[in-house]
Amino acid sequence: MATGHSEPLYQDRIDGGKHWSLTVKRGMILRLIDIEGGANVGMLFHNPANPLERYNAPDTLKCQHTFKLTAGHCLYSDMGRIFCSIVEDTAGWHDTVCGNSTKALVAERWGAKTYQEFRNDWTQNGHDSFLVEAAKYGLGRRDLAANVNWFSKIATGEDGTLVFDPTAAKPGAHVDLRFEMDTLVLFHTCPHPMNPAAEYPRKPITYQLYQGQPVADDDPCLNSRPENRRGFANNHLHHLHG
Amino acid sequence: MTKTSTLSPDTAVLRETVPAGAYWFHKVGAGQIFRIVDLKGNQAADTLFYSAADPAERYSAVDTIREQRNVYLSVGTKLMSTAGNPMLVITADTVGRHDTLGGACSTESNTVRYALEKKTMHACRDSYLLAVTEHEEFGLTKRDITHNINFFMNVPVTPEGGLTFADGLSGPGQYVEMRAEMDVIVLISNCPQLNNPCNAYNPTPIEVVVWDPA
Repeated sequence: MATGHSEPLYQDRIDGGKHWSLTVKRGMILRLIDIEGGANVGMLFHNPANPLERYNAPDTLKCQHTFKLTAGHCLYSDMGRIFCSIVEDTAGWHDTVCGNSTKALVAERWGAKTYQEFRNDWTQNGHDSFLVEAAKYGLGRRDLAANVNWFSKIATGEDGTLVFDPTAAKPGAHVDLRFEMDTLVLFHTCPHPMNPAAEYPRKPITYQLYQGQPVADDDPCLNSRPENRRGFANNHLHHLHG
Repeated sequence: MTKTSTLSPDTAVLRETVPAGAYWFHKVGAGQIFRIVDLKGNQAADTLFYSAADPAERYSAVDTIREQRNVYLSVGTKLMSTAGNPMLVITADTVGRHDTLGGACSTESNTVRYALEKKTMHACRDSYLLAVTEHEEFGLTKRDITHNINFFMNVPVTPEGGLTFADGLSGPGQYVEMRAEMDVIVLISNCPQLNNPCNAYNPTPIEVVVWDPA
């Protein structure tokens, strides 16, 4: 177990339809837990020392010849470095090509619930959530890239048709991200933009921080692809000279 | 799906050849028709679009594929912006499939994909960075270099969640054509990649053709 059976150094629960951000230090593990099953966690990554360096979904996918994200994969920045490695995953398939819910999408699919009327049960959307969290660090519309949607499975048909798979939801599923460099993490728990649920899905998550173990030479993420060994080499250089 | 165009290059208002390793950075007005021709076959035209009125509104690969519920681009695809507006619509396409998942090559991603010692080889994102720096009038910087379209590239996704790089479906003279739905800034890097078998390790010129509204 990647967390070494240790107790979390910190944990918190985030209700569905909310957002938060934090800087995770190199060597830490961030565990996300889908408490009830059916949660979606939209997530973006930046280098806090240079936020122009950000998560790059196309590089992540093409470097590892994958469409889905799961254990053994690394999440790359646009600078050829690895923000974090997926060291454990009991969900099995996470999306990074479908983007976010927006105010218009939420209003059309589930109806707009204003803050004035519904207070904390309003129907917040993923795009606005990222704008709020990004602005805390001086970032704006131009800094948003394609995000990860943890716990959401979007498969494709032979002709490329995108299909949301509601059967992938598992209560208690978790994914562990080991950070390979200091990383600013922006996230929200708003619904996946292709979730067909009749009501606005408001699914809570727990997030936990653990101290990770050093990356061993037989590490599964380091060795899952020859590309990742070169990605880790780029991180090594980053920590040598910044 | 493929569809040929009725337009003749003889009536175009602009025809320009873009060599491999160079960029093309121009405004295209609402209603104008814009064509990219793969002159020699299996070239990749790495393309970004920005709203001319508000360049922070730009092409969004994820919004485009989600809204059409399909990962491939072809005739009828609305190229969507980050604000949920159609920027251009593909009106003709003799290839049938274009990629928007694979992104543009960079010197840094080349180190990961191919070898650490490839880091000084020319790459699309270098062309993008030179373009925005040489054309400050558009107000773009590295912040605006986002996930592009790879016209003429074939990147099949498998039902099991794999991503493959197949031989292109394109060939000499194949083209894709689109109508601008708003005033847009077009930024193309004609890909200089020398490490990828999909262009037979031989990057070649493309042609850009623009027509005024009929």
